[in-house]
Amino acid sequence: MTDQALDPYAALQDKEPPKAPRSQWKDVWDQFKRHKGALFGGGFLMFITLAVILGPYVWQVDPQKLDIRNKDMRPIYVALWDGSAKVGWFRPLGTDNLGRCIMANLIAGGRASMAVGWAAMLLALIIGTTIGVLAGYFKKLDFWLMRFTDLVLSLPILPLLLVAVTLFREPLRQNFGPEGGMFILIVTVVGLTSWMQTARIVRGDILALKEREFILAARSIGTTSGKIIRRHLLPNVISPIMVSATLGLATAIITESALSFLGVGFPSDFPTWGKLLADAVQRMEQYPERVVLPGILISLTVLGVNYLGDGLRDALDPRIRGR
Amino acid sequence: MLTFTIRRLFLSIPTLILISLAIFMLLQLAPGDPMAQVPLTVPPEVKERMRAALGLGQPPLVQYWKWLVQFFWIEPQVLIDHWFGTSFAEGKQRVISWQTRSPVMDIVVQRIPQTLWVVGLSYIVGILIALPIGIYSAYKQYSVFDQSGTFITMIGFSIPPFFTGPLLIVIFSVQLGWLPSIYDTTHVVRDWASFKVQFMQMVMPVMVLALQTTAQISRYMRSSMLDNLNQDYVRTARAKGLREGVVVMVHVLRNSMIPVVTVIALGVPAIFGGAIITENVFKVNGIGQLLLTALFASDLPMVMTLTFIFAILIVLFNLIADVLYGVLDPRIRYD
Repeated sequence: MTDQALDPYAALQDKEPPKAPRSQWKDVWDQFKRHKGALFGGGFLMFITLAVILGPYVWQVDPQKLDIRNKDMRPIYVALWDGSAKVGWFRPLGTDNLGRCIMANLIAGGRASMAVGWAAMLLALIIGTTIGVLAGYFKKLDFWLMRFTDLVLSLPILPLLLVAVTLFREPLRQNFGPEGGMFILIVTVVGLTSWMQTARIVRGDILALKEREFILAARSIGTTSGKIIRRHLLPNVISPIMVSATLGLATAIITESALSFLGVGFPSDFPTWGKLLADAVQRMEQYPERVVLPGILISLTVLGVNYLGDGLRDALDPRIRGR
Repeated sequence: MLTFTIRRLFLSIPTLILISLAIFMLLQLAPGDPMAQVPLTVPPEVKERMRAALGLGQPPLVQYWKWLVQFFWIEPQVLIDHWFGTSFAEGKQRVISWQTRSPVMDIVVQRIPQTLWVVGLSYIVGILIALPIGIYSAYKQYSVFDQSGTFITMIGFSIPPFFTGPLLIVIFSVQLGWLPSIYDTTHVVRDWASFKVQFMQMVMPVMVLALQTTAQISRYMRSSMLDNLNQDYVRTARAKGLREGVVVMVHVLRNSMIPVVTVIALGVPAIFGGAIITENVFKVNGIGQLLLTALFASDLPMVMTLTFIFAILIVLFNLIADVLYGVLDPRIRYD
């Protein structure tokens, strides 16, 4: 007989050492890891963001530098099947018809496209969340804010974007310079026309959350409305906001490229992915890579963002998580 | 249901008027000058008179009211005249384009068939491809077909039409030389050979637009089928000995189509918007291309009218979607 068997408290003691408590975000991460597409998407988004941020320091070629002697060079891989092609390692992706380095242009264009995408997405999120929270929390505002949302939803977005960009280009250019003015304009119009879905989702969630006991408890100890919104409601609607943020990023990148493609985007010497693609369409028979490379970058970024959103939706939904 | 439809129709009138006011006021802020193309030798007072002739001298609200009257009162009369040979609109001022000085609606009517052919056909093709894909990938959930279908629809979501368009042109027009890269709108279908030419030139624009539609609708079809496949009535249908084909294609499909039909209706205006880009890529001279050229020429009446037509489409198809939902699903009661 050992002492252990006699120990009356043995049955009550833990056989294995207690695990560290699991936080919600660790659960979310574990679920997120199981979605392979989302991992790849998130990874690619991080890669492309780092590449466009750090790229100019690694590849120190001025994207605007004209080099007529080395114009119309092909990418280096063309040499694999066409020995006589004009290629060179110092311009690995070739040059355009003015001899500007395409790789440097792609990096600079990516900077612009990503900056527009992130800024427009943040603007849309701020507007959408504000309107959604106000409509959901304050009953008096609900009717009018939601009618307003419906009205904006029935506006034809792409025609209006075209109208707004063509009309306000000049005054903003004069005030903020050609690039700055265009950046402000595109971010504003894309942000102002893509907040509606976020507002609707946030309002729906706030309406349900508002009736819960913890809000009643918070109110009964005298918490002001502002504090209830900031400390109790907003943290609870963070997951739909994050999901619509990813979708917003994808639409913002595509919209900016579409505007540039239609010729109402940034000025001609300021590269963005859509602009590079649009400029190359004229001569795509001789130089298909100039269309394909920016197109692939846009598509892969948007694909990555969409997969990331898909994974986030699964990971942040507690009903799906853990299955 | 009828009262609901009528109520919604009446409610959509103030919505449309508000939208048109918003668009008009946005255009009023426009700095673009319709006189910019007039030669500099024209003296300023003549320019002033030309401006007044365009109706620019009056306050914005008066201009807006005149546009409203022209669009909602005179243009329908012109349509009635055209149909029945009456002369209601005789001598009345119509909405005039600043570019061509001809009535806007006449140009729109000329351009609409091209857009409708390309856009409408692409939507139908997209739906016809999307529905079987959605049904089969839901029936074989997590199979190889389902996984690859999910991947392809994700790609369809992500690749913008202004990339697929040039990409297809590079592959099929430049490298293979199978299809023409430019849509020839003057082409008339007379016999079998000319029909073939028409078919060949429509393949690419239609497929580019259809890819977007397919991606979206097959996702909805799949999730809607999945919702229904595990319901009790499906088990009942199987238990009473119905064949699998009947269970899936009749019982499940009919119930799953309810949300999909509304999504299809809601997607129509969006595809008209997407056609602006596709028309630009393939040089189709439809209304999207008309809008772009009018914008660059600051032809405000044309822009105003076209944008408003897009808005009407959105409001109309929202209404159609709501009504369809109520008609198809007896559980939905609006009254």
